[in-house]
Amino acid sequence: MSDSYDTPDQRNLLDQTAQGVIGQPLDRPEGALKACGQATYAAEHDLTNCAEGVLVGATIGCGRVVRIHRDEVLAMPGVLAIYADQAMLRRNAQGTAGEAPIQDVTTVDYYGQPVALVVAESFEQATAAAKALRVDYDVTTDADFDPAAVEYEPSEEADELGDLDRAMDEAAFSIDRTFTTEAHNSAAMEPHASIADWDGRKLTLYGSFQMLKYNVKELADSLGVAEKNVRILSPYIGGGFGSKLGISHDAVSAALAARELGRPVRVTLTRQQVFETITRRSETRQRLRLACDRQGRLTGIGHEAWVTNLPDEGFAEPVTQATKFLYAGQNRRLALSIGRVQLTTAGSVRAPGEAVGMQVLEAAMDEMAEAAGIDPIEFRKRNLPAELPGEGLPYSSRMLTEALDRGARSFGWDQRHQQPCQRREGEWWIGMGVASAARVNILSKAEARVTLRADGGVLVESDQTDLGTGSYAILGQIAAEMLGVPIDRTDVALGDSDLPAGAGSGGSWGATSTGSAVFRACEAIRATLAHKLSVDVDELRLKDGLANDRPVTELLDKDLVETGRIEPGKTMKDYSQASYGAFFCEAAVNAFTGETRIRRMTGAFGFGRVLNAKTARSQCLGGMVWGIGSALTEAMEFDHRTGRLMTHDLAEYHVPVHRDVPAIEVILLEERDTVASPLQAKGVGELGICGAAGAVANAIYNACGVRLHSFPMTPDKLVGRLPDPVGA
Amino acid sequence: MRPFDYRRMADLQPVDQPGDRLIAGGTNLLDLMKLDVEAPRRLLDISRAGQDRITEHEGGLRIGALVTNADCAADPRIRADYPLLAKAILAGASPQLRNKATTGGNLCQRTRCQYFMATDTRCNKRQPGSGCDALQGVNRNHAILGTSEACIATYPGDMAVALTALDATVEVLGQGGTRLIPVAEFHRLPGDDPARDNVLRDDEVITGVTLPEPVAGRQIYRKIRDRSSYAFALVSVGAVIKLREDRIARVALAFGGLAHKPWRDPQTEAILTGQPPSPALFDQAADALLAKAKGRGGNDFKIALARRALAAVLTEATEE
Repeated sequence: MSDSYDTPDQRNLLDQTAQGVIGQPLDRPEGALKACGQATYAAEHDLTNCAEGVLVGATIGCGRVVRIHRDEVLAMPGVLAIYADQAMLRRNAQGTAGEAPIQDVTTVDYYGQPVALVVAESFEQATAAAKALRVDYDVTTDADFDPAAVEYEPSEEADELGDLDRAMDEAAFSIDRTFTTEAHNSAAMEPHASIADWDGRKLTLYGSFQMLKYNVKELADSLGVAEKNVRILSPYIGGGFGSKLGISHDAVSAALAARELGRPVRVTLTRQQVFETITRRSETRQRLRLACDRQGRLTGIGHEAWVTNLPDEGFAEPVTQATKFLYAGQNRRLALSIGRVQLTTAGSVRAPGEAVGMQVLEAAMDEMAEAAGIDPIEFRKRNLPAELPGEGLPYSSRMLTEALDRGARSFGWDQRHQQPCQRREGEWWIGMGVASAARVNILSKAEARVTLRADGGVLVESDQTDLGTGSYAILGQIAAEMLGVPIDRTDVALGDSDLPAGAGSGGSWGATSTGSAVFRACEAIRATLAHKLSVDVDELRLKDGLANDRPVTELLDKDLVETGRIEPGKTMKDYSQASYGAFFCEAAVNAFTGETRIRRMTGAFGFGRVLNAKTARSQCLGGMVWGIGSALTEAMEFDHRTGRLMTHDLAEYHVPVHRDVPAIEVILLEERDTVASPLQAKGVGELGICGAAGAVANAIYNACGVRLHSFPMTPDKLVGRLPDPVGA
Repeated sequence: MRPFDYRRMADLQPVDQPGDRLIAGGTNLLDLMKLDVEAPRRLLDISRAGQDRITEHEGGLRIGALVTNADCAADPRIRADYPLLAKAILAGASPQLRNKATTGGNLCQRTRCQYFMATDTRCNKRQPGSGCDALQGVNRNHAILGTSEACIATYPGDMAVALTALDATVEVLGQGGTRLIPVAEFHRLPGDDPARDNVLRDDEVITGVTLPEPVAGRQIYRKIRDRSSYAFALVSVGAVIKLREDRIARVALAFGGLAHKPWRDPQTEAILTGQPPSPALFDQAADALLAKAKGRGGNDFKIALARRALAAVLTEATEE
C-alpha cells in the first residue's frame, strides 16, 4: 500500500470492528497522573548536579548589544557563567520549520528579546544575577513599533474572481466594514522550559514541544550537531496552542550552556518572558465587503486583511483561509498584506487564520443578513456553495447546515428577537447571536509503531505529543479497536523523539494523522492474524483478546511489530476539506456600564468520526472559552514608543476566568468523512474557536443594538454608544 | 531575587531601621520584590503579631490590622451592618489571595500602573524624578481625577473604597503613640511627590480600622471591570444611601479606579442630598463629580463610564 492517502477509504473499517471502544468518552489514561501531580513536566525532571539558567531580556525594542558588563555579575554568589552566544536564538522557530530560526542575540529585534543567559548553582542566584546584569545598547531610533503607522505590502497574490467592485455597486444589499483584532498570546499554563543533558556528543533535552520531529531538526541545526545526536523527551505538555510548535530560546541556550559547563542546565521562561518572547498572533485589520441580491444570495465577498510580523519572517496570519471555501458569491477578492514591525515574532496561535478571520467574517455575515432582512441562520444556509468557488472542487463532507439546525433547536433560537434592544432583565440587555464554525482539515505525514505482544497486550509508539488534548487516549482506542484488545491492555508511549515520527500536535491534525498511521500498522497486524487463521481479513473478528473466538495469544509465538505510515495524497488536492459547526451565544450587556457577560453558549460540530467523545468535547469547550476571551478580553497592549509589551502577565492579559464562562453545551454530530482519513475523522482541536467570538459579537448587537467592529469588546468601547439605560 | 533578612515579630511595632519593611500577607509586597520594585533589606513578619480580631468599639466595630480579608468579609457583624465592606472585599482578588491579605496591608496596596511595576521604564512613584511613561503611554486604567503631571496612577484596591464611604478611621501606632486618620485622608494625591501613596510615616504601623455606628440605608458596591473576576476596577462605586419620603436623606459615595485615592466628593453628595431621585439629578451629580476629570487618551472612556456607574448605583439604590 502506498503511504499517501490517494483514494477515499470506503470500507469504514472502524464501523465493522467489534471491540466497541472507538468513539467512547474514555478518560485520558494519564489524566490521574496529571491531576495528582505525578506527571513530570519539562522543568520538573530532577537531574543530578543540574545548574540553573535565567535569560536576560533586552530593555530596548530594536538595536544592538554593545557591551555586557560580565565581570560584576560573574563575581556574584553561585554564578557559573554568562552566555551571549551567536547560536542563541533571537527568535523562536515557526511551526514545522525544521531548521534553525534566526540566531545571534547581539542584535535586538524586539523588546524583551533574550540577549544573554546567566547560569548559577541555584535558581535564586541565577535570577538575582540576571537582574543585575548591565547591558549597553546601541538603540535604533527610527524603528517601527506601531502597526497603525507602517506600510503594508501584499503577502501573496490576491485571490480574485469576477468583479467585486461591480457586484458591490449592483447589489440589492451590501455592507463594507473594517474590523480590528488585537494581538494574542497562547498563554499556555506551562511556561516554556528545557533541561539539557549531554552525554559526550549526545544531547538529551527535556522540553515542552508540539512537534518533535521538527524540533529535533531545529535544535540540531541551531547547535550545529547531527540530528542523530539529539533526543527530545516531551511526554507531558501543559498546553501549547501553537506556542510550542517550534523550539524557543530556552532549548538552545540550555543546550549551549550544558555543553560548555559539562553538566545539566535548566532554563525556564518566566511568565513575563513567555508573553514577551514567544510567538504572538498578529493583530489584524480586516475589510469585509459583502454583496447580495434581493433573495439574499451572495453575489460578492471581499475579505482583505492587514497583519504584521518582524522583518524576514515568512509567516503571515492567513486570515482569509476559511473565506475561500465557506460561502458562495461569484465575485470575490481575498487578499492579505503584511507590515513589518519590531514586535515579538508573529506565528501560529490556536487556529491561525480562522480564529480571527472567522470571527470577523461571521460578524459581517450577521450585518449582511440583517441588511437583507433574513434570519442569519437562513442567510448562511442559503449561501453554501455546491462546490469550491473558483476551483470547482467538491466538499469532502460538510455538516454546516445540520450544525446550524441542530444547534438552533437545542439552543432555542426561535426565542430570539429579530430586532435588538427587545429583551431587558433588570440592568441587562439580553441578546442572541449565531456564527458558523469552519477550520481547514489537514492530513499530515505520520508514522507509528504498534506491537501486539505475545502476551496479548498492545503497545503503540510514536513521537506524537499530547498537549493535554487526548493523544494518549485516542491512539490507544484506535489500536484497541482494530486489534480487539481491551483498552486496559493497551499501552501508549509518546513524546520521545527516538520513537517513529508522528505528525505532531498542531493544525488540528495530530489525532487523525498519527491515528491513521496507528490504524495502518494495525491493519498489517490484522493481515498477519488472518493469515495465521487461514481466513480472509474480512472474515477476521477481533474482540476482547479473541481472534475468531480463539485466544489471540495462541496465534502468537512472538511479538508482532508493525509500523504504519500515512502521507497526504490526492484526496487533499481533489477535495475541499474542512471541519464545520455552528455557535450560539446568549449574552447580557449591562445597559449602564457596557460590561458583557456570556449567559450560555451552544456549539454543534461535525468533524467526521468522533474518536473519543470526551476529549473531542473538551477541545470544543476549550475553543469556545478562547472565543469568549477573543471576543471580550484578550489583547496584547504594546507601548508603541518602545515596543514594550505592557500586558505581559495573567493579571494584565485577561483570559476568561471561571465566572466569565457559563454552562456551554457541545453537540457532536456523527459523520463519516472517507476523504479525510482512513479513520473517516477530521480535525477538531481548533474548530471550537473558529467563529465563536463572532457569535458573541452578534449576541452583543442583538442585546443592545451596538455594532462594534473592534475586538475585544470591552466596556470602554461600548459605553459611549449604548442607548439611554433608563429611557429605553 | 535579592538576599534579605527576615524576622518574625511577636508584637505589632513600627519599623525602626531604614530598609525594613513590614510584611503580613505579602500578597502585594512579594510580587513587587520579585519585580525588583521593592527591595527591602529586612522583612519584619507581623503576621503572627496579634491584632487579628474584630471587636465591638464605641457602637461600631474595630477591625484589627491583621484580620484577613477573607475573615473580615465573612464576619456576621460586618455582613449584617456593613455589607458594603463585605461586598467590596469579595469583589477583589481571589479567595486564595483574600485568605492571606490583611486589613492593614490592603490599605497599603500599591498601584497597578504597569510602568510602576516595570523597572525598565520611567516612573516618578518608583524612582522620583525619573518621569512618567504612563502619561503618553498605555494608560487605559489610569486616573482621571486628582492627577498631576508627575503621576496618573490609581489606588487599585476595593476595600478602602468601601471604608471611605463608611467613614471609617485608620488607627496608627507611631513612636509618639496612637493617632487616628479618617480613611478618606489616609491616601493622598500624587502632586509632585507620587512616591508616597499615603500619609503613613516611616515609623508608623497600622494597628486597626474602626467603623462608626452603623447607619441606615442601602449599601451597594459596584465594580466595573473587563472580566467578571480577578481584574482591577475600571471604575468602582461604594455607596450608602438612605431614602426618606421619596427623597435622598443621606448619601455617601466613594469611587475607585478614578484617582490616586478612593475618591469622595462632598459637592456630589450635597447635590443629591434632600432631593427626589431622578435621572436628571444623577446627571447633575455626575457633572459635579467629573467637572475636573481629565483623560489621557487610553482612559478617556472612564469619564463616561464613571457617569454611568454613578447612575447605575443611584438608580439601584433609589428603586422601590
